[in-house]
Amino acid sequence: MSDAQTQFADDERIKNRSKFREAMIRPELGGIIGTIAVFAMFLIFAGDSGMFNSQGVMNWSQISAQFMIIAVGACLLMIAGEFDLSVGSMIGFAGMLIAIFSVTLGWPVWLAILVTFAIATAIGALNGFIVVRTGLPSFIVTLAFLFILRGFAIYLPQTIERKTIIGGVADAAEGDWLASLFGGKILTGLFQWFGDNGWIAVFERGTRKGQPVVDGLPMLIVWAILLVIVGHVILTKTRFGNWIFAAGGDAEAARNSGVPVNRVKILMFMFTAFCATVFATCQVMEFGGAGSDRGLLKEFEAIIAVVIGGALLTGGYGSVVGAALGALIFGVVQQGLFFAGVESSLFRVFLGLILLFAVILNTYIRRVITGER
Amino acid sequence: MTSIFKTFMLATTVAAAPLMVATTASAEGEKYILVSHAPDSDSWWNTIKNGIALAGEQMNVEVEYRNPPTGDLADMARIIEQAAASGPNGIITTLSDYEVLSGPIRAAVDSGVDVIIMNSGTPDQAREVGALMYVGQPEYDAGHAAGMRAKADGVGSFLCVNHYISSPSSTERCQGFADGLGVELGDQMIDSGQDPAEIKNRVLAYLNTNPETDAILTLGPTSADPTMLALDENGMAGDIYFGTFDLGEEIVKGLKSGVINWGIDQQPFLQAYLPVVVLTNYHRYGVLPGNNINSGPGFVTKDGLEKVEQFAGEYR
Repeated sequence: MSDAQTQFADDERIKNRSKFREAMIRPELGGIIGTIAVFAMFLIFAGDSGMFNSQGVMNWSQISAQFMIIAVGACLLMIAGEFDLSVGSMIGFAGMLIAIFSVTLGWPVWLAILVTFAIATAIGALNGFIVVRTGLPSFIVTLAFLFILRGFAIYLPQTIERKTIIGGVADAAEGDWLASLFGGKILTGLFQWFGDNGWIAVFERGTRKGQPVVDGLPMLIVWAILLVIVGHVILTKTRFGNWIFAAGGDAEAARNSGVPVNRVKILMFMFTAFCATVFATCQVMEFGGAGSDRGLLKEFEAIIAVVIGGALLTGGYGSVVGAALGALIFGVVQQGLFFAGVESSLFRVFLGLILLFAVILNTYIRRVITGER
Repeated sequence: MTSIFKTFMLATTVAAAPLMVATTASAEGEKYILVSHAPDSDSWWNTIKNGIALAGEQMNVEVEYRNPPTGDLADMARIIEQAAASGPNGIITTLSDYEVLSGPIRAAVDSGVDVIIMNSGTPDQAREVGALMYVGQPEYDAGHAAGMRAKADGVGSFLCVNHYISSPSSTERCQGFADGLGVELGDQMIDSGQDPAEIKNRVLAYLNTNPETDAILTLGPTSADPTMLALDENGMAGDIYFGTFDLGEEIVKGLKSGVINWGIDQQPFLQAYLPVVVLTNYHRYGVLPGNNINSGPGFVTKDGLEKVEQFAGEYR
């Protein structure tokens, strides 16, 4: 690729832009500035509050990783020009399916997980199919699925077990090969070594005395990093990535130049559902059970992370790295305000301010790109 | 570009202002964090906030209230981990789902934080996670006692209006009541949601289709207040046997006017207040009560309502 670029460098069809300007219009810019600012601020105001000890870091990392997992899906879908408001309900629904299959029906956990992924992505495909076929805004279609899936997440366990929280998944998942990919921890030896050397806190009493309080890297975080990398590579290094941008930028123009816009959009809806199910599976494995009210409002949190990360609500522009930084900012702010001793209700005020700032920055960037004034 | 940076700096300053105020206002001394499972919309927990605030003031310790905004218990588990990471002297928390919350609570205990379980959970579970004690009302027993009382009053069927169906302890109350009456719970429990208009109309619809229902059990002000409006509307107020958990301004009015037969007071004030007092004295002088504390159930009826009325929704 790099050879081709130098070859075409003097092509009069390609506009020359300075390196500075190139850097300024990157979608990640807002996310990078925000991340630096947020970390600087919390180092000043909450540096000695436990936020940056091993437990504190693990705490906000896990929250950020949760946001990242759903933000990657939401980001690619938004670049493709659509929304998915059913993400939060999908988290509750998919978690409930895993619990019902594995605990109530007694299936092996790996089968429960695989079938759940199949059902969830099929629902994602249905979402996408309805959107491209009817031409209705995805806002409306997925809003319908927000209620449909939440309703089932409450109805199914109520009918089958007469309760809305199904536990016992942790016992069922004991020794299961697929479950450990979602609920386990890696690098436990490394963390024990950290603990032995006194670099991170260890338990002072109880049966785990001497073991580090943070005893490994949760698979939740591994999934988040994996999805960010995969999403970033697909979006920036493949032809399919270009199709995603094209589908969200100008669907008609894309169609005319041979991009299978409908297929791209449906696939992105499926990917969003996939990400939500990854979230749900990690949660079910970690906490050992599923609840009907899991994932409430998570769809908006995913969209907020994506918007903070610089993607345009109108589609065709954005980056997975930006969305990941948005998720990081979101997680750090949400948890950090507590460490700084701020009344938790003020978290929303702060979040609103960040969102507002991010949108203003986005608008500025769009103007730079399009040249509109 | 500079204007953007100016905007950003301004936004940062505005956003940081409450941070600075909050950090300078924090008092010296012990710090206790109370974590609940209640969503922001549940007004019953206001009494809890008043309880810890008063205890914090009287004992001269720093107290903080934290909850998952949507009532998501997985979020609550994270809040407990976060509270433990901030290194307080003690954590006071509900244990509304053992499987989800026991891990983080045990980790907090093992890392050197003293924990008291309040409100939800059982004394056994509190012991298993290594908590100092349990302060609250055993939910099934309270429902059972209420069911026995209703049975003695001649009740044979009922409607349980469950406004917090995702919490196991809510279902335990309904189940305990059914067992106390000696009937199957079956379809007598409805998921009412938290919206007052929805609750009211679901109660109306249920009573319309099941007119032979003897009694109504509500699980707190969230469901009791709209249920009273429903009974006003269909003319069954004062006619149908009506018991409720918890107290609130409207419930006290209902008790006074005879619409509600009794309220089960689990005394949330004590659930919040006592753990702070117990923890403070434990940390200062090493003294600790030898047993769990049952804050309820106490039946509140029309007799002796004066104090209850004065402090309903505030300290009662």
